[in-house]
Amino acid sequence: MTAPIVVDQLHKSFGSTHALDGLDLTVARGEVHGFLGPNGSGKSTTIRVLLGLLRPDSGHVRLLDGDPWRDAAALHRRLAYVPGDVALWPSLTGGEVIDLIGRLRGGLDETRRVELLRDFELDPAKRSRTYSKGNRQKVALVAALASDADLLILDEPTNGLDPLMEEVFQSWIQRAKDEGRTVLLSSHILAEVEALCDRVSIIRAGRTVQSGTLADLRHLTSTTVTAETGRPADDLTGIAGVTDLESVDGRVTFKVDTDHLDEAIAHLSGLGIRSLQAHPPTLEELFLKQYGERLPAQDESPEALAGSSADTVGSGSGDGDRGTGR
Amino acid sequence: MSAITTGRDSTGPVGAGPSSTASSAGLTGTGLTGTGHLVRLFLRLDRIVLPIWIVGIVGLVAASASAVQGLYSTPALRAGYAATVSSSPAAIVMSGPAQALDTVGGITLFEINLTSALGVALMAIFLTVRHTRTEEETGRTELLRAGVLGRHAPLAAALIVVGGASLLVGALIGLSLLGLGLPAGGSLLFGAAMACLGLAFVAVTVVAAQVSEHARAALGIAVAVLGVSWGLRSLGDVNDNAASWLSPVGWVQSVNAYGDQRWWPLLLPLAFAAVLTVVAVQLGRRRDVGAGLVPTRPGSPRASRLLSTVPGLAFSQQRSALLWWAVGLFLGGLAFGSFGNEVTTMLEDNPEMKDLLGAGGSDDLVAGYFGLILLILALVVACYTVSSVHRLRAEESAARAELVLSTPTARRSWQFGWLAVAGLGTLLVLLATGLGVAVADALVSGSTERSGELVGATLAYLPALAVIGGLAAALHGWLPRLGLVAWAVVAGCFVVGWLGDLLKIPESVRDLSPFNLTPRMPLESMDWSVVGLLSAVAVVLLLLAVVGLRRRDIDSA
Ligand SMILES: Nc1ncnc2c1ncn2[C@@H]1O[C@H](COP(=O)(O)OP(=O)(O)O)[C@@H](O)[C@H]1O
Ligand SMILES: [Mg+2]
Repeated sequence: MTAPIVVDQLHKSFGSTHALDGLDLTVARGEVHGFLGPNGSGKSTTIRVLLGLLRPDSGHVRLLDGDPWRDAAALHRRLAYVPGDVALWPSLTGGEVIDLIGRLRGGLDETRRVELLRDFELDPAKRSRTYSKGNRQKVALVAALASDADLLILDEPTNGLDPLMEEVFQSWIQRAKDEGRTVLLSSHILAEVEALCDRVSIIRAGRTVQSGTLADLRHLTSTTVTAETGRPADDLTGIAGVTDLESVDGRVTFKVDTDHLDEAIAHLSGLGIRSLQAHPPTLEELFLKQYGERLPAQDESPEALAGSSADTVGSGSGDGDRGTGR
Repeated sequence: MSAITTGRDSTGPVGAGPSSTASSAGLTGTGLTGTGHLVRLFLRLDRIVLPIWIVGIVGLVAASASAVQGLYSTPALRAGYAATVSSSPAAIVMSGPAQALDTVGGITLFEINLTSALGVALMAIFLTVRHTRTEEETGRTELLRAGVLGRHAPLAAALIVVGGASLLVGALIGLSLLGLGLPAGGSLLFGAAMACLGLAFVAVTVVAAQVSEHARAALGIAVAVLGVSWGLRSLGDVNDNAASWLSPVGWVQSVNAYGDQRWWPLLLPLAFAAVLTVVAVQLGRRRDVGAGLVPTRPGSPRASRLLSTVPGLAFSQQRSALLWWAVGLFLGGLAFGSFGNEVTTMLEDNPEMKDLLGAGGSDDLVAGYFGLILLILALVVACYTVSSVHRLRAEESAARAELVLSTPTARRSWQFGWLAVAGLGTLLVLLATGLGVAVADALVSGSTERSGELVGATLAYLPALAVIGGLAAALHGWLPRLGLVAWAVVAGCFVVGWLGDLLKIPESVRDLSPFNLTPRMPLESMDWSVVGLLSAVAVVLLLLAVVGLRRRDIDSA
């Protein structure tokens, strides 16, 4: 059996907008795959193609061993979807929508439905028109997670949830993963992706710029090292792969390519290490590396990046990101 | 860390639900902050719709008025016209009071009254709902209000834009009558009357929008008020009693533009509009954004059996609108149906008139009257059909379709679920109309002799309505953004059906309208070949709809 999602050189235009420009994406069975990119980079468009809502202009798309355009209805028995912008029927209650979607999908797990409503603190007797964006999102999440679908396709599902709910969400995704389900998680909240995803694909302007495990991606970039040494470490610049060296009162901070980490540490060790901190690149740094140099060329990314970098630094929970989500 | 704190603070008021959003909006001074901004936004959103309404109404009215000029150039001709129509309750029901029919101006007004009054009132209703309830239902108002927008700004902006449109239409109607060489004072007075009628119905709709939670229900309430207003003035004008004075339409007609030329009755619609606006503002203070005044019942945490399929969902979403339409058209049928017998009575009292109108005698006249009103009522049912088919588009653009289509529901099933409700709903509304007409006629004439025939004659429009529904569905399948075309076709059918004679529209053009092809039943006899033809066209259109939707992108934007 091949991977649940295989996308190869996917192109899709809306009039003159080239939304997808040769996008590649492979999601393996049982993994949680992060699908990252700034606003307008084509995440939702890719997902809509995968759901058979949009017809690709060209390229190869396989979903659960089928053609998402031709076999949409049949394939949908095995997947559940949470849209990026959840719109509900204003006169129906959240509970009614959950049941409706569940029944259209062919049934849902009653025990899980109860647990999900409890965990997400959702009142199922309220009418949808009175729900905030976050609550509408919860309705779609409960409907999706209460299903038995093999594949979950989630388009920025936590956009609108508060930090506590973000945690609940993460625990449920972890549970889905433990049950062996496959998850495609589109997001621009880096902390969430770091916490949940086995592999990530980073896209920009409709094209995949990087894909791999977090470890792979980290490997491609440098580790940041801060050290206090007995003797000054100014001659580190002589070592290949070391950049951004700063030295203050016997403390050095520098970046080193992961391939040359060993040499750098060996050198420091020769100088007498008093304290040492090394941290691998955060996803955010990967992100910045992907977009950083080219920011002016892309119109929508500065906003997204400004939001995510400000929020994620030092927090690790990504909770502040909702500030820009509105 | 400070970044996080700020982030939490900023999510507070927005995430905390509708009531706190509303109270924070109340802090922005007079509640009118940002009105100018919204006016500009509405004008931009309406840059296509607004000109279509204005040009459509003024164009039709001017064309009809111009067609009348020259036809009644001598006093004898005018006297003949006056004798014919002023003794015909049917003509008075459809066209207004018989005023100043000894003048060309008076005859002109009699010919254009229905088109201009209904045109202005419907424009006011549709545009106002669009900018109040529809905005709110789709959540845009909530967004806007979360920003720096006063509580009453959306209402004020809707009043300004739609009220302005009414004034413009009134002015243009007045000027076009003037341009045809009719007396200046009377022409401008009639224009002013139409503008005031528009303002009155803007105000009616603003209140309707506060009372109910759905755009469609608000639309239904406002259209029902229009129907009742028309009915009251018909009663008053036919029986020459005070009922007309209970109706905004009656008020503006009482100016008698080319006769007495009274300006003071226009104070009535203006005062009416002012009072209703105050009422709307007061109601608006008492409710949350997005909620209706009629409080929402606490809902059920579990879905009923109905909500298991797409047709069930579609029915649950249209139930109340369907009820409103059916009740409204039943009442409309009652109102129009009750005048049929008067044609007979009037002719029995007046044998000379009977000779004059000759033809096949009074039975034909009665049949002709019913043929005409059933055509008009069927065109109103067509509005239900189109609005119901357009739910497909609403589901799609609100991205609710996306959610349903992500389940194992095929596009075809989704489409047919909604279309099935539109089709059965049309049948139901049409049946309610026919029953209304038949019941009223039976009560007034004291005999059920014609009842079956009248219901049958109404149902004969079903194939024509299927064509209209099929057309709207096919447009949705292929060109989802051109839903307006379906409305334009309904308007076109009205023009050829109601104004075809006056505008001398060639028979071949009129026969493009499925409503004109349908036999006008009590007068003409049933023609099954037409039923067959129209049904075949409807089926082809539905197939086209399926093929179109299968091929295109689902457009959630
Ligand atoms: N239906 C549509 N019509 C026109 N342009 C669209 C449509 N859907 C998406 N786009 C455009 O395609 C690009 C990608 O959008 P999207 O896939 O929504 O990005 P993301 O989900 O990553 O924010 C954007 O430039 C967007 O404006
Ligand atoms: Mg998106």
